[in-house]
Amino acid sequence: MTIALTLLSAAFVLIGALFALVASIGLLRLPDLYSRMHAASKAGTVGSGLLLIALAIHAGEAGVMARALAGVIFFLLTAPISAHLLAKAAYAVGYRLGPTAVRDEMASTVEEQTSGSI
Amino acid sequence: MSEANLILDYAVDLSLWILSLSFLVTLIRVIRGPTLPDRVLALDMLVAVAIGFIAVIGIKTGYVLYVDIAIALGLVGFLTTVAFARFILTRGKTEDDLLEEHNQAERLKNRPPRHAPARGDKQGEGAATAERPSASPPTSSDASAPTSSDATKERP
Repeated sequence: MTIALTLLSAAFVLIGALFALVASIGLLRLPDLYSRMHAASKAGTVGSGLLLIALAIHAGEAGVMARALAGVIFFLLTAPISAHLLAKAAYAVGYRLGPTAVRDEMASTVEEQTSGSI
Repeated sequence: MSEANLILDYAVDLSLWILSLSFLVTLIRVIRGPTLPDRVLALDMLVAVAIGFIAVIGIKTGYVLYVDIAIALGLVGFLTTVAFARFILTRGKTEDDLLEEHNQAERLKNRPPRHAPARGDKQGEGAATAERPSASPPTSSDASAPTSSDATKERP
């Protein structure tokens, strides 16, 4: 049983580190801010969350597991909020999609937003 | 049991190398990122990678007090991103706007010595007034328009 838990922890560590690497490569390679945000906020959250779950499995104590899982839930709650806030602020200020973007569905709403609420 | 621990040791070492690599790749985006939101996003990603790093170090050393540091770092990273988003919103300008304003300020600074003699001998020739709408009024209207739009944008 402990062998299985140790192997599971090792697998989670490797998979989490690979997710973080994929997120950072996406942050470097994608063309504009919003697609970079797509890479960083999803894959990055999964990467650090898997590493924290690996720590929770490896530690085996109830207190450490509870804290690590609380950290995972905290990141799962806050990463979309911060990414959404950043994207909304950047779009409202006037940062537009990159040249390879096919379609900008908020282009019709941004005029009313900037003149109205913001 | 010992083989499993050996595998875990190798996995932890390898993942530390991978996390270091992803830290460096994210740092390239922080340095190179053309706009401010790109840098803010890359700093957010750096916080996430640092949290993963702390978790792996906690596995490697068995010093599980690091989990609290990871949670505190996540809170600080979230608040930092929110504060930067507020700053981007209240600044109200992109880098292109700032560059354009700077260029217009340079143009306005360089203009008076060039136009002072032209204004001195402007009595009565139609050619200069015919030239002028192509040269100076766009710059003056551009200089007045962004300030008024910025004022209306920053008020609310």
